[in-house]
Amino acid sequence: MKKAFPILGLLTAVLLSYALYEALVVAPQEQTMGDVQRIFYYHVPSAWTAFLLFAINFLASVLYLVRRNPQTDKIASWVVIVLAVLTCIGGYAFRSALPKDVYPSSVATTGIAIAGLYFLLRKYFSEQGTDILALTTAEVGVVFCTVVLVTGPLWARPVWGIWWTWDIRLTSTLVLWLIYVSYLVLRRFSTSGETPVLAAALAVFGALDVPLVYFSIWFFRTQHPQPVIGGGGSIDPRMLHVLLINWLAFLCFAFLVCWSRYRLERMQRDVEETQALEALLEPGGHVR
Amino acid sequence: MSYLYIAYAATWLIHITYLVTVFRRYSRLKKEVEQLPRK
Amino acid sequence: MSAPSGITLVTLTKDVRLEWRSKDALNSMLFFALLVVVVFSFSFDPNAEESRVIAGGLVWVAFLFAAVVALNQTWARELRNQVLDAYRVSPAPTNALFLAKAIGNFLFVVVLEAVMTPLFIVFYKLRALGPAWQLFPVALLGTWAIVVNGTFFAAMSLRTRSREIMLPLLLFPITIPALLSMVEATTTILVGDPSTSAKFWIILLATYDVVFTTGCLALFETVLHAE
Repeated sequence: MKKAFPILGLLTAVLLSYALYEALVVAPQEQTMGDVQRIFYYHVPSAWTAFLLFAINFLASVLYLVRRNPQTDKIASWVVIVLAVLTCIGGYAFRSALPKDVYPSSVATTGIAIAGLYFLLRKYFSEQGTDILALTTAEVGVVFCTVVLVTGPLWARPVWGIWWTWDIRLTSTLVLWLIYVSYLVLRRFSTSGETPVLAAALAVFGALDVPLVYFSIWFFRTQHPQPVIGGGGSIDPRMLHVLLINWLAFLCFAFLVCWSRYRLERMQRDVEETQALEALLEPGGHVR
Repeated sequence: MSYLYIAYAATWLIHITYLVTVFRRYSRLKKEVEQLPRK
Repeated sequence: MSAPSGITLVTLTKDVRLEWRSKDALNSMLFFALLVVVVFSFSFDPNAEESRVIAGGLVWVAFLFAAVVALNQTWARELRNQVLDAYRVSPAPTNALFLAKAIGNFLFVVVLEAVMTPLFIVFYKLRALGPAWQLFPVALLGTWAIVVNGTFFAAMSLRTRSREIMLPLLLFPITIPALLSMVEATTTILVGDPSTSAKFWIILLATYDVVFTTGCLALFETVLHAE
């Protein structure tokens, strides 16, 4: 497994370079904004990656909390299955209520994918592993979120003349960033022996908050409209192609970063455990 | 135009800074691991 | 359900009585809120038109900061006397304790708001141009939103370094939707533009309250045992 790392690293670097070339050279120039629009190819994939990482953090946190008790573990597994089934059925049953670009099949696939991911995590990550995964995805997620918050204004300034606008996407991303930074601060400053449990509870709260944040800002913006950074509407298929390639490249990159961070944390905890054991077994019986 | 390059550079600056902190913690940890069996 | 509600009532009565005798939290909250009002009034010269637009935000920021003062000492008394350990060991449902604390904090902050509101009206020459009765559900739902999460995060911050900073640090990001709703609802009611309505904000506040009260009740036991 460890041997694969350098090879994957090299492949990812190649993919990132290719994606960069696509973004700067191959992608067609946007009519109104010019070349600055190419920031889009870094801004959007970073956002999607951050959201994916935070979603994994939510799943890992829930998993960590429910696995402390075999009963809740069982109940949670059934709840996940039921939710996945309901999503599939609901996607088709409420087809007319779905927004314009959303198809019932995507809703169903997303539901099944999330359930599948939950069970995959449950199978391959131990209790401690789940906690480390939560910490890792939160940290790397914050890094990608920071990129979104930096590239956003850098795009807004030349195009709209303002550095920041409280539009729905930037604002929601900022709140998300704040929530997960507070999560990381709790992790670092907590002196309780059961920090993982507290952090997991906070992560669940944060995730519950996300739809509320989105709706509140959405309605706020309908009352006080402002320029939407990044625009909506349909996208040129060539641009979509470049966007997806960049996303793939960043996903591979995020995977490698998470993997490194995960290994670091695991090693850290093993060392601390060994040190604690050594202290206990020290000749002379000095227990710290 | 220059905003584009600043944005791309900033992205990589942020990522590289994070990777550097991870790597530095890793080297420090490795040194600690070397000291363990001697105790 | 008599046992849990009994405990809730007993703990609540005890807290309210203790607070009434010492008036520690109430006094510090009141003074703090008053200071905030005065300092804000130096930052802009309120005539009636402008005040109505800005007052919603100012009032809720002042109440939020004052609530944090109260929330920070929620569990301090329990910590000092090892009450929490007793609770962990007893068969009493922990939710009863949580509800008692949350309702206690809620009462304190509502008292604060009742006292401060006339002051705000006087200092900023406020008069609601919209349906003023709607301010009551906004105030009650909004205060509960801050207090329920605040009590929960106060318990979470018990064993952290810089405990007093940790509580607002955890609380503020999560309460942003509630804060936005409170501020927007209040501003809408004060400005009284007939084409706008605070109804969406009130419904959002109610949803927020339901979601997070459920979350707090579900996870409080876990958090209490994790200290």
